[in-house]
Amino acid sequence: MLAFIIRRVITLVPILILISIVSFAVIELPPGDWVSFRIESLRQSGLQVGEDEIYRLTSQYGLDKPAYVRYVSWVTNMLQGDFGYSFQWNEPVNKILAERVPRTMAISLMSLVLAWIISTPIGIISAVKQYSAIDYASTFLSFIGLATPGFLLALILAYFSITVIGFSPLGLFSQQYLDAPFSLAKLLDLGKHLVLPLLIVGLTGTGVAIRVLRANLLDELKKQYVVTARAKGLSEYQVLMRYPVRMAINPLISTIGFVLPGLVGGEVVVSIVLSLETTGPVLLRAVQSQDLYLAGGIVMMLSTLTVIGTLLSDIALAALDPRIRFGGVRK
Amino acid sequence: MSAQTLNVPGTPAPIPVDPQAQDKDDKFYYATQWNLIWWKFKRHKLAIISVFLLALLYLSAIFAEFVTPYNVATRFEGQQQGPPTPIRFIHQGSLRGPFIYAVKRKADPKTFKFIFTPDETKPIPIQFFSQGDPYKLLGLFPSSLHLFSTGVGKTAPPVFLFGTDRLGRDIFSRTIHGARISLAIPIVGVALSFLIGVVLGGLSGYFGGVVDEIVQRLIDFLSAIPQLPLWIALSAALPRDWSTEKTFFAITILLSIIGWTGLARVVRGKLLQLREEDYALAAQAAGAGQWRIILKHLLPGFTSHLIVSITNGIPAGILAETSLSFIGVGMQPPAVSWGVLLQDAQNLVSVAQQPWQLIPGLFVIATGLLFSFVGDGLRDAADPYTR
Repeated sequence: MLAFIIRRVITLVPILILISIVSFAVIELPPGDWVSFRIESLRQSGLQVGEDEIYRLTSQYGLDKPAYVRYVSWVTNMLQGDFGYSFQWNEPVNKILAERVPRTMAISLMSLVLAWIISTPIGIISAVKQYSAIDYASTFLSFIGLATPGFLLALILAYFSITVIGFSPLGLFSQQYLDAPFSLAKLLDLGKHLVLPLLIVGLTGTGVAIRVLRANLLDELKKQYVVTARAKGLSEYQVLMRYPVRMAINPLISTIGFVLPGLVGGEVVVSIVLSLETTGPVLLRAVQSQDLYLAGGIVMMLSTLTVIGTLLSDIALAALDPRIRFGGVRK
Repeated sequence: MSAQTLNVPGTPAPIPVDPQAQDKDDKFYYATQWNLIWWKFKRHKLAIISVFLLALLYLSAIFAEFVTPYNVATRFEGQQQGPPTPIRFIHQGSLRGPFIYAVKRKADPKTFKFIFTPDETKPIPIQFFSQGDPYKLLGLFPSSLHLFSTGVGKTAPPVFLFGTDRLGRDIFSRTIHGARISLAIPIVGVALSFLIGVVLGGLSGYFGGVVDEIVQRLIDFLSAIPQLPLWIALSAALPRDWSTEKTFFAITILLSIIGWTGLARVVRGKLLQLREEDYALAAQAAGAGQWRIILKHLLPGFTSHLIVSITNGIPAGILAETSLSFIGVGMQPPAVSWGVLLQDAQNLVSVAQQPWQLIPGLFVIATGLLFSFVGDGLRDAADPYTR
């Protein structure tokens, strides 16, 4: 098991390097660099910026050096916890990341759990009762889940929340709790504001999860051990839950790998619509005002954490399925 | 699955019971692969209906100027933020052709909200194939013929099927026009992904070894990171003052940079699998060259699977374009796309008051659904030999 974990952690290294290169491209690609942006904004506010000042800023941020040198220094700084500086917030990027990134990841992970809670029973029922009304309904629902962009679902559900229930789901807290000290009422308020985002983000994952679970379970139900279990006289419920469902859920854990990136991305967009204080609005504003160290840092952190989440799910899968642990069959 | 490909000619035909069944079986055994796929696809009613509706949607997008009563930029003074105009059939108790009532806008003195009251005394008939805003069909033929309208000029009370936006423009006309960009971006994007996917997937599956390893790690990487934040961040590289065409092209490239992985996977997997088939060996023994084997013998074996992946890639493209444009980093006004139209719905308060601004979003969902249904039907039909 330890060997397996070590092997998987080593494969993480090239992926992390690629992530850092892409995030660096986010910082480098846009026309103009941020020193010229900074000088422009200094000049606009009426300050005199001389040649030597431009030179000082340029060399301070290493912009006179070739790109690969800048990349190396960006990465080494990052490894020491320095993600650069956000001039829009006038704060170090890591301070903003430390506040916002955990929220995005928390909402994404909670949505993942919610997606499983919703999809597991639906997936099992629609596989056992294949081609029944429930099966068709769940197929249709999962298609809608796949075809609806998160932001649109957020708009529609927020519309109903405002007009029907009369509750404004914007932000993480209501106005009166915004600066209030921690209390049970504040926690309850947070919970109320989280219902909608979790539901919206989770629903995109639910569609995928239902379809994977249904397909896997249909495959398993055809196998002979199911017949054996039945022949032994187990009740239909035991036949189902004891073997095939356990087998069908395994691949579901491995779907974290491709569901989690979608959920994190979905959270970013949904939080823009519902103005949740997570990474979404920050990323959007950073992109719009070319605050690129912040944008690159967010992409870097979200991607890294998503990849680590996938790694953890692989390890969990190996713990559940000895065939994978011992490096035998790989699906 | 495709191991069965070989079995088909060798399978003994069932003992003939009646001549008609014999005919049917003969037809099945001698049919080409594409005929089989088509027969199987035809049985998928939902997919057939979806193909039909999608064709209708694409046709109306191409002939948007004719289908819609007004041009995208036509503003109607005094009709801002108006609700959809109801199409009526009964005027003062008697049935007549489709007509509308003219609508007057007034501000409520207390709430400052606009109230729209129909003038129920005078019915205004809807005219079909009538004259209206001039345009150039397909950008070539000048015309002013519209499928329907309520008459020429701005004096005639206008008909707004989906209501109007805050500048008094017809949302129906804008939605159909917006379909052009929203429906074209995924197609062009998928075409580009297809190119990258087939080349890289082909190289990876054909050469194996180091090339395979590199391409596989690249795919792992691209599918392991959250795409939307990356898209948002990369869109910072698009200058705001670019023309519509340039932005359009840049977005499709952005989409395909990430979207090719699915296709590459299918190509590689199928190449690896088919390479081991007996008929590939037979072709090799007969002295066929590598490229001939790939193009002539292996490629037809998974063309149907490629089509499935392409169909499944399109909804993702639509979602990406609308999401990016909606949050303001994709297509920019004055370009019209579904995402751009939905920008107006960004303010939740205005959505609560004018829910018809969400109608372009229904088109997004419907199109995604239709493509999913077609993809589902194709997936079932792609392996026509499993009966």
